Amino acid sequence: MTQVRVTVDGVNYADEVEPRLLLAQYLRETLGKTGTLIGCDTSNCGACTVHLNGRSVKSCSVLAVQADGGEVTTIEGLARDGQLHPVQEAFRECHGLQCGYCTPGMIMAAVDLLGDNPDPTEHEVREGIEGNLCRCTGYQNIVRSVQSAAKNMKPGAVAQNAPVAGGGN
Amino acid sequence: MTTTAEPTTTEIGKSRVRKEDARLIAGRSRYTDSITPPGTLHIAVVRTTLARATITSIDKSEAEKSPGVHGVYTAADLGAEAVGMPCAWPVTPDQKAPQRPVLGIGRVSFSGEGVAVVVARSMAEAKDAAELVEVDYDPQDAILDMEAASKDGADLVHPDLGTNVSATWQFDSKAMGTGDSVDDAIKEAESDPDSIVVRRRFRQQRLIPAFMEPRSCVVDPTGEQITIWSATQVPHILRTMTTVTLGIPESKLRVIAPDVGGGFGGKIGVLPEEMLCVLLAQKLGKPVKWTETRSESMLTAHHGRDQIQDLTITAKKDGTITGLDVHLLADMGSYLGLVGPGVPILGAFMFNAIYKIPALKFTCSNVFTNKTLTDAYRGAGRPEATFGIERMMDELAVELGRDPMELREQNWISHEEFPFTTVAGLTYDTGNYEQATARAMELFDYAGLRREQEERKRSGDPVQLGIGISTFTEMCGLAPSRVLGSLDYGAGGWEAASIRMLATGKVEVITGASAHGQGHETAFSQIVADQLGVPFEDVEILHGDTQVSPKGLDTYGSRSLVVGGIAIVNAAEKVVAKAKKIAAHLLEASEDDLEFANGTFTVKGTDKGKAIQEIAFATFMAHDYPEDMEPSLDSDAVFDPENFSYPHGTHLAAMEVDTDTGRVTLRNYVCVDDIGNVINPLIVEGQVHGGLAQGIAQALFEEANYDEQGTLVNATFVDYTIPSAADLPSFTTESMSTAATSNKLGVKGVGEAGTIASTPAIVNGVLDAIRHLGVTEIEMPTTSQRVWRALQVAKGGNPMETPSDTHSPGAGLGSIDPNNPKGEVL
Repeated sequence: MTQVRVTVDGVNYADEVEPRLLLAQYLRETLGKTGTLIGCDTSNCGACTVHLNGRSVKSCSVLAVQADGGEVTTIEGLARDGQLHPVQEAFRECHGLQCGYCTPGMIMAAVDLLGDNPDPTEHEVREGIEGNLCRCTGYQNIVRSVQSAAKNMKPGAVAQNAPVAGGGN
Repeated sequence: MTTTAEPTTTEIGKSRVRKEDARLIAGRSRYTDSITPPGTLHIAVVRTTLARATITSIDKSEAEKSPGVHGVYTAADLGAEAVGMPCAWPVTPDQKAPQRPVLGIGRVSFSGEGVAVVVARSMAEAKDAAELVEVDYDPQDAILDMEAASKDGADLVHPDLGTNVSATWQFDSKAMGTGDSVDDAIKEAESDPDSIVVRRRFRQQRLIPAFMEPRSCVVDPTGEQITIWSATQVPHILRTMTTVTLGIPESKLRVIAPDVGGGFGGKIGVLPEEMLCVLLAQKLGKPVKWTETRSESMLTAHHGRDQIQDLTITAKKDGTITGLDVHLLADMGSYLGLVGPGVPILGAFMFNAIYKIPALKFTCSNVFTNKTLTDAYRGAGRPEATFGIERMMDELAVELGRDPMELREQNWISHEEFPFTTVAGLTYDTGNYEQATARAMELFDYAGLRREQEERKRSGDPVQLGIGISTFTEMCGLAPSRVLGSLDYGAGGWEAASIRMLATGKVEVITGASAHGQGHETAFSQIVADQLGVPFEDVEILHGDTQVSPKGLDTYGSRSLVVGGIAIVNAAEKVVAKAKKIAAHLLEASEDDLEFANGTFTVKGTDKGKAIQEIAFATFMAHDYPEDMEPSLDSDAVFDPENFSYPHGTHLAAMEVDTDTGRVTLRNYVCVDDIGNVINPLIVEGQVHGGLAQGIAQALFEEANYDEQGTLVNATFVDYTIPSAADLPSFTTESMSTAATSNKLGVKGVGEAGTIASTPAIVNGVLDAIRHLGVTEIEMPTTSQRVWRALQVAKGGNPMETPSDTHSPGAGLGSIDPNNPKGEVL
């Protein structure tokens, strides 16, 4: 067993874990962060995407011990002071989800994408979320959600809380 | 007669954002794998990698000693040798059905079949121990080719059955009295110089549903009732079938389908792993959990499609179709799924599609092979049929030198002809193919694209343009119980609903339709809000737990709204009728003098009235109510439809094919669908988008490939290529409405439309782009490699005469043609 110290959604944890334990499993099974989901064994689907030190990672391809000393944000920690993140809001407004299984990862990936590129074209959104698979929506409303969020997150956009974007730092 | 519906209500027709989403976007979800009662034991299934073998020995000793292991079991160890998984659809009285064991007994019949199960404290310990179970096999050659397997004298998947043909099912419009004889039509056409006979063979490749949430099951035996949580589309059917399979009384079982991450038909089955969890939980007295990995899912969750279609169409040279003969071989895989044998049969009624075909014969043989079993996948039988007929319409147009749309119009049912009874014996209630087509062609700029196509042909542009057409219909709203009875299906097709008026005026609606992404909570709330005149927010939709919703037949076949929604309307009408009696009593008026509008009963011509919430409270108090009734507004309804519903639409695809590289690009996709009245346009649009993506993926990207040993070679998301956002364009979708006359809401269903319609549109478009270069057929998926090869062969060239690095190993995905891995000259 190896010790891992990590901050997840603002709470500090110290745990003894098996070295082979994946970050996704640590989040779900040890911390009860079941909002983060697992959809494949090969890092293709992106359902398990979280932010590690501000950048999106597929938590099934990171060992828990690799996150030692790091800061993790999951879908459960994205809202601030009871206010949903603009990307979360946009997914609801634009019908960017159906079964909801890809949604946590898709939102986390989209937040990171918008951190790198605050005003992506449709093509850039499609390329940017290529690592996250969805079987329900045909992606059209996901793309619409991300572009709508981008619009709402622009400085001067109406009635938005401070955007929490990963990346770009 | 066709009508265009006018919205007369306040909630129905509104693009409400979904109630479901507030939880799901915040990670506040409850999928089955997130449920772990204290003391849960985890199971890992030991699976064979061989497609066909006898088991010579199983050594569990090392696994049993592994840390955390509670036990390692075979079917015999569990006393489950006689247990067989259920098949609810014996399509013929003499259907051959092998026992489908919970774990292979003495032999294995497909790669991925379980042979033993390990139970341990943690999933990791269970998987570690599963690696230590030593199974020895005597392998045999796998039987993989359904056509060869269907022949007399073929090696047998199940020797005791004496044949690989499970059943042969036939529909003949002459024999049924619904039309003429196809055999006569073919004979006549063959001897008539003014007629034409076109024969084609199409391949419906094998697909994997690939829902995003892997299947999972938790069984808790610690209460008086055994509780089963499962990632299933069919909690009610699972309960009944658990009783049928294991003999546990239905009243001792509670099944919960919590949040379910997609299904597409892929979660319609009853699983060996679910039964194993029940058996093990009973045996060990502890909660037991199974969650599959993605590759387990790809290997063992049922697949879809997989047919060989031999079609013969006859027509006058003026374009009038005179007959259609359909011969199908359908690969069942190694066992029969819950409704698998009936899936191709559903297509029998859809091959004639929107056309006035006077004679139809449909013959389907279901064949066993050593592959994963097949069962429902989005559309289930209807996409296959639609592909067959829509490809044939294009082929006939080519043979006759006609515009494919014009030829369709010549043969389709015109809007004045509804209701129309088809050669398959179904009565289409409403539709307007002309209207949908005219609008789609306008949005698409059909004429403009045809001009561009001609220009590119003329100039020899390396990128050629093709226009793909699909004018489809489907039978939705499964299903009238009597029709299912006539097809020997082992259940009805009704749906149940209950409405509870709470003391405070809030409304609980219980539906037997169990959602897994469709947005039932939102759409059903809109319906009830209108029916009862209560706020949308005051309606709570309860589903997916047999203790809350004891009666239901679940979600598949575009049935939730068309059948389940009508049950809800019927229950609401009963609530209003009861409330009216109490309102009349309290208002001291005659019921005949009361009007009910916007949630209030008013005495006509006065301002005296009571809101339905007031009536609900008065009923709860029960201090003053009519003597001839019970103090309750709560009502139940079961709706059994009399007919299917028949959505239709015109789908157009502009396909670009790079003739140098074979690369296919979907440039533009337009569809106009008539799905009857629309409850929530936002949800409808989402269903169409997702459906299109799956249908397009069949045409362009996906195929489950087996090697010659019977191993599924693309059993991960690395190489089973479901489309990503970067693989698809945005679609132009519109709906129009001719209200269904078969139900009170005038709705037709939308869950499968996009998938059913889009596949032939894409393939017709690809062929239309390069037919003038001599290419007449390309099997799906129409990958760059296949298109490029077809172009080389058409040119009389040799597809092997290419730079060596193009086909060398490591040249990237798609560089090896799975159907021709050695790159032999076709």
